[in-house]
Amino acid sequence: MRRNLWRRFSSSFAAGVMYALTILALVPLGLVLWFTVTKGLPSVANLEFFLNSQRPSGIPGGGIANAIVGSAVIVALASLAAIPIGVLSGVYLAEYGAGRWANWVRLASDVLVGAPSIALGLFAYALVVVPQHHFSGTAASVALAILMLPVVIRTTESAVGLIPNGLRESGLALGLPRWRVSLQLILPAAAPGVITGALLAVARAAGETAPVLFTALGNQRLSFDPNHPMSTLPLVVFRDALTPYKDLQQEAWGAALVLVVMVLFINLGSRWVLRRQIRLARQL
Amino acid sequence: MAAAVDSSVVVPASIPRPPDRYRTFTAVISWAAPASLILIVVVLLQQAWPSVVRFGPGFIIGQDWNQVTNTFGALPFIFGTVVTSAIALVIALPVGIAVAVLLAEPGAQGLRGALGTGIELLAAIPSVVYGIWALYVLAPWALLHIETPITDHLAAIPFLGGIPRQTSLFTAALVLAVMILPTLSAVSRDVIRAVPRGLRESTVALGATWWETIWKVILPAARAGIFGATVLALGRALAETVAVAMVIGNRPEIPHSIFAPGYTLAAVIANEFVEATGEIYQGALVEIGLVLILVTLTVNVLALILVHSAKARAAV
Repeated sequence: MRRNLWRRFSSSFAAGVMYALTILALVPLGLVLWFTVTKGLPSVANLEFFLNSQRPSGIPGGGIANAIVGSAVIVALASLAAIPIGVLSGVYLAEYGAGRWANWVRLASDVLVGAPSIALGLFAYALVVVPQHHFSGTAASVALAILMLPVVIRTTESAVGLIPNGLRESGLALGLPRWRVSLQLILPAAAPGVITGALLAVARAAGETAPVLFTALGNQRLSFDPNHPMSTLPLVVFRDALTPYKDLQQEAWGAALVLVVMVLFINLGSRWVLRRQIRLARQL
Repeated sequence: MAAAVDSSVVVPASIPRPPDRYRTFTAVISWAAPASLILIVVVLLQQAWPSVVRFGPGFIIGQDWNQVTNTFGALPFIFGTVVTSAIALVIALPVGIAVAVLLAEPGAQGLRGALGTGIELLAAIPSVVYGIWALYVLAPWALLHIETPITDHLAAIPFLGGIPRQTSLFTAALVLAVMILPTLSAVSRDVIRAVPRGLRESTVALGATWWETIWKVILPAARAGIFGATVLALGRALAETVAVAMVIGNRPEIPHSIFAPGYTLAAVIANEFVEATGEIYQGALVEIGLVLILVTLTVNVLALILVHSAKARAAV
């Protein structure tokens, strides 16, 4: 009897420890969010922060407009390459993915997800910066496109895989060719999942620093031309945070807050859409 | 059995199938991922060639990192990368497994759903944000409450002595532990979920408590997969760049204490590549990148094999 009591007690105790450890795991999330918000708010509260470009330390009125534009242009260019290629690769894996070749593609994209992003930067440097003899936003886009590609491939594959086979069969039964079934029937049905996957890839790319360091390089002035050096939000955080100047450190916290808000917005939004998509797919 | 069924399916030879151009088209597109992987390794090897030729295999064990004399060796960086990743794993492993066990529990979601979302958001935060937080918040705190007490009382133990610093191998490992936790717990959760339900049910039916079921049946059954998850998290830790570069102290030597500044493979590329002049210096940095990518690719492939085979075995 006492032995049973002991067993029950130790089981509850272990459960308590597990919950405690899980809450411990969430403490850093809370702290990161808390400090980014409280330290970043003074920057963000000022509208000039979004309208002006960076200024040297000591000159008031500096902002991050150059970095916001740079991030937007670079990530947009990367998306233009990575999303169509990624979606079509993912569709291939979902439609014809039984063979050996498909498994190689899967392995390659799973491995590519874990590839060090700094190595992608070195690759883009060798491929674009060296032949052009100057740093450019385009070079950063090349690195980020490779970073996004595996994320888009795998999310597209799983989103298309969720669509019930009945839809495909009814399309084929009507005599539609395979490509029309795939692109005009299946892909639209899977669109919410595909789009959220693409958005997650965009969020990941927009938050990356390492591949941008020696491709886009950074630029204090506002520039819309991807053939020139550009700044990005993570670059501002990285470079400014390491300076000894208080006003630049403040700017870094502000840029960090903008990044975090964007990333959390995309992540929470996409989770919501995905959950709805799964529910809808079950109803089909 | 399966082969016998396959051979009995006869495709009528009389109906000629039109070539499936759509399949060919998408298959060609899908070359992008494997091709870029191969291309990356080839291009890095080509860029690193001046350094590879000059230093040979001695590059890996060389301890000098001197731009003036143009002698470069990767050992301090390899040391820093391995030590920070190992400490991060030791810290993250118990927490990650606890999270995975809770998230894998069948039944009501509610609170656990919220916990799961929280853990996944940890993975979404950009590493540079972890970096600035670690530099200004975590590092001063760790110096005061972890590093100083340990160096005061446990200095006799190797690698725990010396003068503690805010930017150190240990601080970097602490940030890494937070950053690899989502990978560790998400993959472990999937592996634990793949343990057959019958195993859990029969153990409970025999009268085992919740903890006995977890500790004596579920975790042993999921052991290989959890090991795979750990290796995958190791790959993430090895590859992490900017958060580490901001708090490791950037000193290219092998320190005598984990509370002293060090350097990692990824961090030295991030800090020095833009200013690197001369093809030997630049080549050495690219060779460091090559070492890094080859190691992480190997680790990742190994981890994927472990996780897949663990899931496949559990599904039988």
